[in-house]
Amino acid sequence: MFLRMLRGAFRRQWKKLLMIALTVALGASIATAMLNVMLDVGDKINEELKAYGSNITVIPRSEAVMDKLYEADGEDDKKDDSRNREYLEEKTLEELLTIFWANNITDFSPLSSFSVTVNGESAELMGTWFDHHLEFVKKGTTYQRDTGIINLRSWWDIDEGEWLDEARLSGDKYAMVGKELAGKLGIKAGDTVKAKGSAAEEELSVIGIYSSGDDDDEKIYTTLSAAQRLSGTEGMYMKAEVSAITSPDDELAVKAAKDPSLLSGDEYDLWYCTAYVSSICFQIQEAIPEASAQAVRQIADSEGKILEKTELLMSLITLMSLIGAALGISNLVTSGVMERSAELALLKAVGAKNSQITGLVLTEIMFTAAAGAVGGYFMGYAFAQIIGQTVFSSSVEMSGMVAFIVAVLIIGVTILGSIPAIRMILRLRPSEVLHGGH
Amino acid sequence: MSLLELKNISKIYGELHALDNVSLSVDKGEWIAIMGPSGSGKSTMMNIIGCMDKPTTGQVIFDGRDISRDSRRKLTEFHRDKIGLVFQQFHLINYLNAVENVMVAQYYHSMPDEKEALAALERVGLKDRAKHLPGQLSGGEQQRVCIARALINSPELILADEPTGNLDEANENIVLDIFRQLHKEGTSLVVVTHDPEVGEVAQRIVRLEHGKIVSDKKNDSFSDTLKGEKKNEKKNEKKKN
Ligand SMILES: Nc1ncnc2c1ncn2[C@@H]1O[C@H](COP(=O)(O)OP(=O)(O)OP(=O)(O)O)[C@@H](O)[C@H]1O
Ligand SMILES: [Mg+2]
Repeated sequence: MFLRMLRGAFRRQWKKLLMIALTVALGASIATAMLNVMLDVGDKINEELKAYGSNITVIPRSEAVMDKLYEADGEDDKKDDSRNREYLEEKTLEELLTIFWANNITDFSPLSSFSVTVNGESAELMGTWFDHHLEFVKKGTTYQRDTGIINLRSWWDIDEGEWLDEARLSGDKYAMVGKELAGKLGIKAGDTVKAKGSAAEEELSVIGIYSSGDDDDEKIYTTLSAAQRLSGTEGMYMKAEVSAITSPDDELAVKAAKDPSLLSGDEYDLWYCTAYVSSICFQIQEAIPEASAQAVRQIADSEGKILEKTELLMSLITLMSLIGAALGISNLVTSGVMERSAELALLKAVGAKNSQITGLVLTEIMFTAAAGAVGGYFMGYAFAQIIGQTVFSSSVEMSGMVAFIVAVLIIGVTILGSIPAIRMILRLRPSEVLHGGH
Repeated sequence: MSLLELKNISKIYGELHALDNVSLSVDKGEWIAIMGPSGSGKSTMMNIIGCMDKPTTGQVIFDGRDISRDSRRKLTEFHRDKIGLVFQQFHLINYLNAVENVMVAQYYHSMPDEKEALAALERVGLKDRAKHLPGQLSGGEQQRVCIARALINSPELILADEPTGNLDEANENIVLDIFRQLHKEGTSLVVVTHDPEVGEVAQRIVRLEHGKIVSDKKNDSFSDTLKGEKKNEKKNEKKKN
């Protein structure tokens, strides 16, 4: 009988129920999309921001002290300290693959800069890894990684030629030339240029001309080994750029950044085992004692802030859509109950208890909402992918957790939305409805 | 023995005394018509008898039990077990067919039983319309479904508020014959009506005015004989004369 009544109600009220299902579907889809994007977005945004370069620089410790001094003194001529400049050994770069957070380090590359003459004109030359194959054995474990500035300078446009691919070229006498410098000297991809440094002179063939939009456009980039020969700094590098996926800074991170030794034991463990910029830097310094690792503050901070803001925005959108769904449901259900008040009053008059009538109406709504929620979940899946593709240009992973949360939310919203209607059912007096008109 | 007793019942809406200190006793198996002008408190009285409303003051005693202060939940149960309701507007559920409409009352009472429901429809002469939706039935047929629903749980009392208000004479007679039948079987009937013809077939006629009982008398011309038989009787009488 219950089923017959349900079926009858579905058949008669399908328009209203369809509206309820659609309302639920809309709410569920937005919640699904937002929650999935939100869970996925931490990594997505980090990847996105990583495209704008490194977030940690590694420099020799003495230079770090010097930089701090200069900063305190105000703007002195920093460039004049080339005599004192210290270098780090190229081998220390291997340590970046051995630290606890090695997997969070997506790319890194050494960078050394020297004044040279190129075809007789003075220019700044950078020695670096482009796409360097690093492989070594340490304590019985083999580590390997292909890394270099190809990923750290993803915003470079190659105007001519192509990226310098170390793996495909033999030897190291290659260069990429910035657009401005190339224009000034009339250099084209495929040309050979003569570079003269303080220690040697080399002929470098130009693989590509790039435009970076910053002062790299006036520089010439060559392999680290070629630059070392030109400057007589074999086996050394000046600084390294590191790109790492990090957790947004919170209070603990701020506290630790001041001085990790101030943390309590538990705090220290938590900090050390969280991918804060500061704890990654700390571990780099542990692994390379002669180096100082510093967060590139602006970017690291803004990552956290953008993440926070995005999450806040998405939470708000989710909340609004759920409130909207609840309001919509309450509207539809209440008007549905109002339309059926004679029928429901009659059920009371033939002896139905409030709980039974409420049960009947709630069952209808729950079935409808469930159908809507399932539909909405798949719509939300599509939304999430669209957002992923357009905003982060990658797919968004759907998590089972979200399906569960959305189910709970929708049940809550549906019950919440049904409350006014249920109250109406409880207030319904068969005597008033059925003898209406007196 | 009295089935139902109203003792000094008042129902007050603000200033308005819809019922004003009314006392009434209905015996088991009695058929009472309640008559009176519009607004005199007939429906109000029905609602109180039918346990669908509570009096402002006074007692309702049903089967020797004072139910006027029971909780709504208890009243619902009580009403479900003892009383069958017949409405002027029938109030059938329009997406359920005739037999299903009868079964709804069974469902909320105990267990739906299609055979029993069909039997109830047969009693009101509608067995062949069991699968029709209310929209496919005439007013008279709908009222008969409503009556079948009212008597499906074998109530002790049938309450009918203007049961023939929406029916033509032929259908009115069918309904009244069903009432006579029920009365013969010992069911108590309380019928509210404007219509003197419907009132005058009852055993006892109670008149309400402004919430007060102004008259309460036995109907001398009461007869249990079904309309069809009655006509024959009349013919016989004429023949005698
Ligand atoms: N819920 C209510 N609130 C306020 N006043 C009410 C309510 N129900 C009934 N009344 C008033 O009580 C009085 C009696 O109403 P009732 O419905 O009992 O009259 P009735 O005799 O059934 O009339 P009718 O023959 O027109 O059906 C009327 O004046 C009516 O307006
Ligand atoms: Mg009335």
